[in-house]
Amino acid sequence: MTADAPILELSGVHAYYGRAHILSDVSFTVRRGEVAVLLGRNGAGKTTTLKTIIGLVPAVKGEIKFSGQRIDGLPPYRIAASGLGYVPEDRRIFTDLTVAENLDVGRQPPREGVPSWTLEKLFALFPNLAEMRNRPGGRTSGGEQQMLTIARTLMGNPSCILLDEPSEGLAPVIVDQMAVAIKELKAEGLSVLLSEQNLHFATAVADRAYIIEKGHIRFGGTIAELSANEEVRNAYLAV
Amino acid sequence: MASILVQFLNGLAAASTLFLIATGLSLIFGVTRIVNFAHGSLYMLGIYVAYSAVNAFQPAGPLGFWGGMLVAALAVGALGALIEILILRRIYQAPELFQLLATFALVLIIKDFALWVWGAEDLLGPRAVGLDGAVSIAGRRFPEYDLFLIAVGPLVLGLLWLLLHRTRWGTLVRAATQDREMVGALGVNQKLLFTSVFALGAFLAGLGGALEVPREPAQLFLDLSAISDAFVIVVVGGMGSIPGAFLAALIIGEVKAFCIGIGNVEILGVVVSFSKLTLVIEFVVMAVVLVVRPWGLLGRPQAIQRAAPSHIEPPLRPASRGLVAGAVVLGVALLALPAYGTAYNVVLMIDILVFALFAASLHFLMGPAGMVSFGHAAYFGLGAYGAGLLLLRAGFPMEAALVAAPFVAALGAALFGWFCVRLSGVYLAMLTLAFAQIGWSIVFQWDSFTGGSNGMVGIWPAAWLSAKPTYYVLTLLLCAAGLLAMRRIVYAPFGYALRAGRDSPLRCDAIGIDLQRIQWAAFTLAGAFAGLAGAIYAFSKGSVSPEVMAISRSVDGLVMVLLGGVQTLSGPAVGAAAFTWLQDTIARNTEYWQSLLGLTILVIVLAFPRGIVGFLAWRFGRAEEIE
Amino acid sequence: MSAVLAISGLSKSFGGVQAVQSVSFEVREGELLAMIGPNGAGKTTCFNMVNGQLTPDSGTVRIGGAETVGRKPREIWRMGVGRTFQITATFASMTVRENIQMALLSHHGQLSRLWPRASSLHRAAAEELLARVGILEQADRACSVLAYGDLKRVELAMALANDPRLLLMDEPTAGMAPKERIALMALAGEIVRERGIAVLYTEHDMDVVFGHADRVIVLNRGELIASGTGDQIRANPEVRQVYLGSRGEA
Repeated sequence: MTADAPILELSGVHAYYGRAHILSDVSFTVRRGEVAVLLGRNGAGKTTTLKTIIGLVPAVKGEIKFSGQRIDGLPPYRIAASGLGYVPEDRRIFTDLTVAENLDVGRQPPREGVPSWTLEKLFALFPNLAEMRNRPGGRTSGGEQQMLTIARTLMGNPSCILLDEPSEGLAPVIVDQMAVAIKELKAEGLSVLLSEQNLHFATAVADRAYIIEKGHIRFGGTIAELSANEEVRNAYLAV
Repeated sequence: MASILVQFLNGLAAASTLFLIATGLSLIFGVTRIVNFAHGSLYMLGIYVAYSAVNAFQPAGPLGFWGGMLVAALAVGALGALIEILILRRIYQAPELFQLLATFALVLIIKDFALWVWGAEDLLGPRAVGLDGAVSIAGRRFPEYDLFLIAVGPLVLGLLWLLLHRTRWGTLVRAATQDREMVGALGVNQKLLFTSVFALGAFLAGLGGALEVPREPAQLFLDLSAISDAFVIVVVGGMGSIPGAFLAALIIGEVKAFCIGIGNVEILGVVVSFSKLTLVIEFVVMAVVLVVRPWGLLGRPQAIQRAAPSHIEPPLRPASRGLVAGAVVLGVALLALPAYGTAYNVVLMIDILVFALFAASLHFLMGPAGMVSFGHAAYFGLGAYGAGLLLLRAGFPMEAALVAAPFVAALGAALFGWFCVRLSGVYLAMLTLAFAQIGWSIVFQWDSFTGGSNGMVGIWPAAWLSAKPTYYVLTLLLCAAGLLAMRRIVYAPFGYALRAGRDSPLRCDAIGIDLQRIQWAAFTLAGAFAGLAGAIYAFSKGSVSPEVMAISRSVDGLVMVLLGGVQTLSGPAVGAAAFTWLQDTIARNTEYWQSLLGLTILVIVLAFPRGIVGFLAWRFGRAEEIE
Repeated sequence: MSAVLAISGLSKSFGGVQAVQSVSFEVREGELLAMIGPNGAGKTTCFNMVNGQLTPDSGTVRIGGAETVGRKPREIWRMGVGRTFQITATFASMTVRENIQMALLSHHGQLSRLWPRASSLHRAAAEELLARVGILEQADRACSVLAYGDLKRVELAMALANDPRLLLMDEPTAGMAPKERIALMALAGEIVRERGIAVLYTEHDMDVVFGHADRVIVLNRGELIASGTGDQIRANPEVRQVYLGSRGEA
């Protein structure tokens, strides 16, 4: 398997939310071991794209492949169990469960060729969590919840994770920590697809960028290419 | 002193059974978000199946008896799993009301099934083998079996706690109770989880039923009495809290036991029958608890649930010319019905109009106000009984009784509504059901005033209205006026305020709307319109019986509203017409019409999980781009 | 200029955890005050004590000189406090105009009326407000199909319907694109200055904080650790350490 091989491929994906046509003909690729970012403003379709990949929103048309296998049409639990982790935008911590129990819900058997996570290893990545393992999830702060939701997904030993707006609503100092954590995940060999509005943050962590607007992919290229392309940034990101 | 101790022990024994039923209901609701109306039916089946199993295995001695009980509970658990797999699994995405309807359809089907298999006679099982003696407690004889039951409650509570807090399955269940979708997105097969939870809940209900066999005969009305007990306990204890259910079961069990124990007491020269109070005392307890702690003793506030985009109704538009013209044509055609229809048509049409008004008054709460009532028949019944009592007991002229009856219903609705509007969602729905049960219990038991189970006869209209066609015209005018008035109110600021409360209570708070007051007024108004329907009904039949305020009447109303569509103002009338006609046709042809009705509801729910109107909108609606 | 909102010695704890501890500050007429701090610093708790959703353990909240502690949110609204929410809260089944009409009907105490058509009351006033926030052309559309940025404007118009003297905005630009954020805050700033409204807002977008606030206060672990102009706050070492991180270097 080469490092450049795609781990996640979307081709011609359409999705609806209620009656609204949210994604039309979305195609893009995440390569093994890289961090890709999906950029776009609120309502552009970023969250829907990630939810469609994990199976929470059905892909009405098109194909989604993960590690070479078709996953569109499968229920979310089978997609997740095949090694694709999902971290929702609103974190969705189980507030009544302790931090340790939250992590236990995400636990899955180790996977071959994929980094395995233990509590100790996760607590090394997110030191704050170690001190509060017996605290109810609802009694942790927003930044801690963001760490916990990522750690919980890592407990499933995924080979690729989808991160929905990890920097949203966090204090700048926590956003810095988040960037460090994502780089460490990449160093572990994980592939990452994140959605972002924060170009500053995206530039700091990603290798590749896609821009989505009104449910269409408008740009695809490396971060360097995006940085060089002022026209695209002005047209779609409106910084 | 000794008698107090014995009553206390009686209460503990009753509490165990109540806890078993309620805790299963609570578990199922927690994970699947489905209020399992059929939970009482599972309990009832537990008794029936255990009766048969115990009798069949009895020759095998104690093992046969106790084994028979276990087999019965397991069988009910397996049936629960089957119900989950075949029916509920297909409707988790459907609107909440459709899920309720589906489980209510199961109530109807299971009841007719039990009638078919075991017949209508009460069946008393054998006494518990090995525990059929009595022990002496403070000089009184107390059954050994009841001591055993007292131990069962805490034992089950402890086992459930271990299961939920010391196993991964339990962790997953607790996680799913908060956010089942997220649990799925973390790689957990929710289907297995849901099926196992439903099976466990059903097993507990079945066990609760089986354990009653040596104490209580199997009877067909136990399903609804058990479900309303379970609702009360779950609401008192706090939705989703198992220790809460235990505590509430203890309180309710004790209060009931003491009411029976006290019996008839003379207070200030008036004989008060505490034993008759048992039917309503639990609802009084519930009302008190809800006022002090709106989320139950050990419960917590429910998170505000946002409607899915596909469930948001479009803005109100004024009636189109076509609709107005159609309504006028229909009105004229209906007015002329006695001229061209048969006498039977006229009688049936009176029923249809009455139920159209009843359904519309329920819709007024469910649609614009977003308050689901499971007990709307209470106000229909109050109107009917109000008319009858004013005519027969107070000597009102018929016209005055007809005018005053809606006020009787409004008064009742104002009283019950004061409690109800403090709650929302499922809590509110359960409380409305509980109040309807109180009303029903009162009219059912108060022989000297309401005629008890026989009801009252001789409630006929005044002479000038006695001819059916004349009474029909009066019915048409009153019902049409009621329907138009409600429509007008929905378009008025008051109706808008109701919809505002349904759409966003948070925003209402932020722009100074006193939502509880508005909702209370709406509850009272809806009660008045339902009462008008009830009064017209009473005079059209010449009699009233407790059936007018039974749970099944409330559910009829729900079915009518859902058939027509919650999101349309004319829907309830159409639904009422379709339902009344269908019921009239089916009931004339079979003894088991309830199960046929249940099957029809199930088919509708399974075929159109989005609701009929939702289905039409989805199928023929224009896709709209959200920017 | 006088203080529209005066908070003094405000404290609140939840189950033994001190969420807010003797916080005092003021907001004056026509002033935009930003409240920032790490997640869990007590901003939301503070906010909810001002709007009446929470009752403080101790301390006072005065709006226009009148004590508000113990009053319900809807009573506080009647004292002239408008609110917008982090996640927009509008009436989804109504049109944009009807949303504003609801606020006006409530302001005029007409919500109990059973007869007149709601959609014909206060129409002109509603349209005037919509024009002021720049979405008059959307008046007849359902709120449920509106773009997010426009919903934020609907909220602003609703908040203005009772001529407030204080506006509480909880993360007014959360979830918006950068350009929309600046436009919305510029609009809000313009309106509040022309009407002399005091504004208290929380925000995580530092451009929105430093670009639009007249003054900034910083909360950390329930305590007020800094207060001053944007430049003073940016230069404050403690604020940089607990909150701003690399964004403080700019």
